[in-house]
Amino acid sequence: MNEGKHPALVVEHVKKTYASGKEALKEVSLVIPEGDFFAFLGPNGAGKTTIIGIVTGIVDKSAGTVRVFGYDIDREPEKAKACIGVVPQEINFNIFETPLDIIVNQAGYYGISRKEAIPRAESLLRSLGIFDKKDQESRALSGGMKRRLMIARALIHKPRLLILDEPTAGVDVDLRRSMWDFLRSLTEKEGITILLTTHYLEEAEQLCKHVAIIHQGSIIESGSMKDILGKINTDSFLITLRSQVTPEIVEALAAYRAKKIDEKTIEIETDDGRGLNDAILLLNGRGFPIGDIRNKSGRLEEVFVRLTGK
Amino acid sequence: MNAKKLWISFMTIVRKDVLRIFKIWPQTFLPSVVTSVLYFLVFGTVLGEQIGDVDGFSYLQFVVPGLVMLAVVTNSFSDVATVFFVSKFFSRNIDEILVSPTPPSVIIAGFVGGGIVRGVLVGALVLLVSAFFVPISFAYPSVVLLFLVLSSLVFSLAGLVNGIYAKSFDGISIVPTFVLTPLVYLGGVFFSIEALPGFWRDLAAANPIFYLINGFRYGLLGLSDVPIATSIAVLVGLAAALIAANWYFIRTGLGLRQ
Ligand SMILES: Nc1ncnc2c1ncn2[C@@H]1O[C@H](COP(=O)(O)OP(=O)(O)OP(=O)(O)O)[C@@H](O)[C@H]1O
Ligand SMILES: [Mg+2]
Repeated sequence: MNEGKHPALVVEHVKKTYASGKEALKEVSLVIPEGDFFAFLGPNGAGKTTIIGIVTGIVDKSAGTVRVFGYDIDREPEKAKACIGVVPQEINFNIFETPLDIIVNQAGYYGISRKEAIPRAESLLRSLGIFDKKDQESRALSGGMKRRLMIARALIHKPRLLILDEPTAGVDVDLRRSMWDFLRSLTEKEGITILLTTHYLEEAEQLCKHVAIIHQGSIIESGSMKDILGKINTDSFLITLRSQVTPEIVEALAAYRAKKIDEKTIEIETDDGRGLNDAILLLNGRGFPIGDIRNKSGRLEEVFVRLTGK
Repeated sequence: MNAKKLWISFMTIVRKDVLRIFKIWPQTFLPSVVTSVLYFLVFGTVLGEQIGDVDGFSYLQFVVPGLVMLAVVTNSFSDVATVFFVSKFFSRNIDEILVSPTPPSVIIAGFVGGGIVRGVLVGALVLLVSAFFVPISFAYPSVVLLFLVLSSLVFSLAGLVNGIYAKSFDGISIVPTFVLTPLVYLGGVFFSIEALPGFWRDLAAANPIFYLINGFRYGLLGLSDVPIATSIAVLVGLAAALIAANWYFIRTGLGLRQ
């Protein structure tokens, strides 16, 4: 083992062009330190699943190198793969098998005996709340249960790096929160490094220490969540007026990058609290009484929208 | 992975297939048994009497080795081809193995292991069924066993190549119907190639199944058109070539990785 000496994942100058000619990754490099909770963000088709496929050995890269805890995936694929657990975006177990069989067989592929795997699988199924389904054909599981089954399957060999491709897609709010708690406890209590992709920016904001934003096969932004949020050192506010928004007032607020949102709402951006105060004074001075002011939430979403234009 | 882990992974793949084979026995064991019974009824009671003996054995006795091999070849081939194709094309659960540290050699061994189990079991069943219709002798029991295993091995490997390559369900049903069955029929199930004119005899000699049927017939009846060593050499060579091909395909991800 090479505990602590290497980052969990190093991706260097990785490119991918599919057989169809589609250039899915232009040139991607990134480092995920051990113990990190890392998010990949990016619109549909950005290349997130492609990177995960390359790291986990089911997609061939066209160029570049990948190391998992220091093990090069081309030179020491077995060692690299033994460190990774993956929850794919699409369901990829045989729905006619039972959850217990699926997990215990997966353990087998990692060289873990049935004797050892069965109690471990049962305990994972229990902590993910699907223990009572363990002996039914898994096609009888709901969508959310199938996702949890794949999380249990990914953890059976105690991976040091857990990769989840949209684990909470199509999962209800309650379950999503409990998945968050579960994932948090994995990093905090067991020191597992987690890489996830999600389209719920709030999720990344809540969970992750670092993010990379991928757009059209390139990483266009990456860093700590704090830094990324700090990129947008302005705050946005939605101001609802008691009267109609006129073009003139939007013009007068140009310094605040004002935008008309609807009949009575303007969005403005300010660098600090004083800016907001000045804007309010300006509005009042021009005879526009204010009904309501809200700080626009979802700042990560804002960065995302700005960067990707989506 | 150390030897113990490799063994566990291998056994996981084999065990999964063997459980499946037993679970769906009406699709795996029954068809060959039914077909063989039909052959015995037709040849035994209707035609057999009229054909007369071949090299001192009744025609039915002469046909048994070929019928067993027909079952072995088609079962081991389609077992591996189907299992592999389904796991790659439908549920995509081949990825469960591809993301694991199980190396290509063990993936091949595991899938082929399942095919061998099915081939040998079905072969044994057909042999057992034929015992109800004709007296079965075992001239060289070890040769019988060797050819059951060798032919299951070769055709499981061939099935794996097919499963890796196939892009649709047709791709795995074409070969058994249009390639394997004709090869078996032309490989001397129903006749000794001694009876063929020169050109056809040479053609038959290029058919791998010809060696397989002759080797097996030698094990049962002590009778063969070619030396037994030649048959063994042909099958071992074929197995080696197919192992190399499969290893190359899985190693390079052909038809598996995008
Ligand atoms: N097997 C494939 N063959 C050809 N092109 C592919 C293949 N898989 C993905 N692509 C293309 O590569 C690009 C990146 O796809 P990828 O699945 O990595 O995106 P993603 O970021 O995961 O998107 P999503 O958020 O929708 O899951 C897309 O344009 C997609 O159409
Ligand atoms: Mg994706």
